[in-house]
Amino acid sequence: MNGLALLIPIALLLGMAGLVAFFWCLRSGQFEDLDGAAMRILIDEDKPDGPA
Amino acid sequence: MNAPTALDAAGTVLTTSFNVPGLHCANCIATLENGLAAHPDVVAARVNFTTRRVRISHLETIDTAGLRDAIGRIGFPAEPFLGEAEPAAADESRMLVKAMAVAGFAAMNVMLLSVSVWSGASDATRQMFHWLSALIALPAVAYAGRPFFKSAWSALRRGRTNMDVPISIGVVLACAISLYETAIDGPHAYFDGAVMLLFFLLAGRFLDSVMRARAQDGVEALLRQTAAGALVIARDGSTQWRAADELARGMRMLVAAGERLAADGVVEQGASSIDRALITGESLPEAVTTGKAVLAGTINLDAPLTVRVTAAGENTVIADIARMMEAAGGTKSRYVRVADRAARFYAPAVHTLALLSFIGWMIAGAGAHQSILIAVAVLIITCPCALGLAVPVAQVVAAGAMMRAGILIKDGSALERLAEADSALFDKTGTLTLGRPVPNGPLPLDAVEKPVALALARSSRHPLSRALAGALEAQGVTAADLTDLTERPGAGVEGRHGALTARLGRPDWLGAPAAGDDALLATAFRLGDGPARLLRFTDALRADAPAAIARLRDQGMEPLMLSGDRASAVDAVAGQLGITGCAALSPAGKFAMIARLQQGGRRVLMVGDGLNDGPALKAADVSIAPASASDVGQTAADLVFLGDGLMPVPVAIAAARRTMRVVRQNFAIAIGYNVLAVPLAIAGYVTPLVAALAMSGSSLIVVANALRLRSAAR
Repeated sequence: MNGLALLIPIALLLGMAGLVAFFWCLRSGQFEDLDGAAMRILIDEDKPDGPA
Repeated sequence: MNAPTALDAAGTVLTTSFNVPGLHCANCIATLENGLAAHPDVVAARVNFTTRRVRISHLETIDTAGLRDAIGRIGFPAEPFLGEAEPAAADESRMLVKAMAVAGFAAMNVMLLSVSVWSGASDATRQMFHWLSALIALPAVAYAGRPFFKSAWSALRRGRTNMDVPISIGVVLACAISLYETAIDGPHAYFDGAVMLLFFLLAGRFLDSVMRARAQDGVEALLRQTAAGALVIARDGSTQWRAADELARGMRMLVAAGERLAADGVVEQGASSIDRALITGESLPEAVTTGKAVLAGTINLDAPLTVRVTAAGENTVIADIARMMEAAGGTKSRYVRVADRAARFYAPAVHTLALLSFIGWMIAGAGAHQSILIAVAVLIITCPCALGLAVPVAQVVAAGAMMRAGILIKDGSALERLAEADSALFDKTGTLTLGRPVPNGPLPLDAVEKPVALALARSSRHPLSRALAGALEAQGVTAADLTDLTERPGAGVEGRHGALTARLGRPDWLGAPAAGDDALLATAFRLGDGPARLLRFTDALRADAPAAIARLRDQGMEPLMLSGDRASAVDAVAGQLGITGCAALSPAGKFAMIARLQQGGRRVLMVGDGLNDGPALKAADVSIAPASASDVGQTAADLVFLGDGLMPVPVAIAAARRTMRVVRQNFAIAIGYNVLAVPLAIAGYVTPLVAALAMSGSSLIVVANALRLRSAAR
């Protein structure tokens, strides 16, 4: 019973953290272009004349 | 990177989106974004790879056509994207995603506790788990259930019922009875069932909102196309700018080269060619001389014209078409979506069933508590989870497959209507044909002339120049350096290449041999004293048009061509494709043709691109436009296809039919599940465990069945 008193709040908090993280991602537009995000890590950003 | 310098120039920054179907790798993204960023008029460009779209922030100094050419030069064919998602629709989808996330979170955690209860937790532990479930489920239901409660309430207030009424009653009753059970330390609580139900239903609702119709306001796009006003010549010879609604019959307006006409009229002075693409869909300019009629919305290409106004404002042909389009929207709005038709029978049936089982058990002497529990179980078990998912999942998966094949769907119900269509009407120019001139055979230019011709062609916006530039760029020619580039109105363009004068323009200006009857389809090029080269162009059929028409026939569709063009041109195309063609039809004529077919019981698919097809696209049961279509064509159509082929039309039909087959299977699965589960519920055997298993099981089967559509677009 003591174990439960600890584990259940932890489980709920973790779930809640996931929910909050999802809301935050949604707000900051991270789901706008899912396929593109996978592609963009392959783009070579090193430009010879330095950053624009 | 020199893009930031563009920011120094003060000016409004506009945003335009383009469909770029050719994007397929990380390198494409980088090439396009960096290439556009290097353009002096572009502030920023961002590719959305998922939708194959690029969003460009640019200065006013570059227009849509210019941007499109810029993207083309980087190596991607692109078409402007007009159907920017309505903010309201995007907000609704976002709200549903949030509600779904909350319901999902609650469902997972409540299920965790429920599994413990099912596997034997008892007494105080069970009591505690039930209270915890209530603590999670009640706020979650209050938040995630709002879309259903709102819709159910507004239906009830107007004395009607919809799918959301049994859902809301079921969820609220389940929560209430579970709370009561928890308080009296009863064995069964349905909190898990209630939140899981909401989760599945919200998933269906969200997918449905993704597929919901984007505003189809072709009429507005149309009226934006008329010029704001014109220079009017007064009796004393002075000119004065008048707004379009101040123009009246009998006034004489001066239309400069490159200007759009603000009213219908007759040419009084001057000779030029007119781009009638907006009205007729014809991409090739039409020659006009004194006495010829010209229409508002068309563009004067070559030389200034004096036009006597014959109709202005509400009386112009373009205003007529707009009125016709407004009147034609009715067919589609009368269409009842499959899901709504199902809901019409479903909701009353569910209510009756739950009520009957309550009454039945009361008569059988089970007691109010027991009877209510059974009635709630019936409501939960019959709640249309699988039914709510059946249509949208199938449509979303099919729409994704079609998007990968270059077909964009603007409205989920378009798939339903497309699957039912049995005759296909085609416009000619721009639909069966490419709608833009392409060189007729190899270009008669040598290696020295090509770079010079390209440089000249790029400096002009004439359709033939652009066709020539496109053809030369496709051959990998790089433009030569020219000086003193000048445009000779009514003749062509001229520039100096070293010591030589290079000219591109009308064949008679350069002393080239006469081009025959299709004079407007030819241009000429001359470098120095070299021979004048006659360049002929043609509006070619889409390469796979015969194959696409043959496939349509296999599908049992009767193809028919409706064109505003002259009979000889129509017969030529009709002969090549082996279909019947109707020539010289006005927009009203096409409209009437469709109405006649519909009265004969046919379901009509209209494929067209021009403004003249606008009323027909609106009036048909379902309509498709190529992405190269006019603004009006694109906004009026239900589906838009990209690329130079016609094959997307039969592919879309095949995909729509497969989708509807899967939707029907899904309905059968959902109903079959109810037939099995409802007797159990009425008999009182449904515990929360059984309800959870049945609900998720049937939903998963429906989703899995719909996923088979991933390869639907073939």
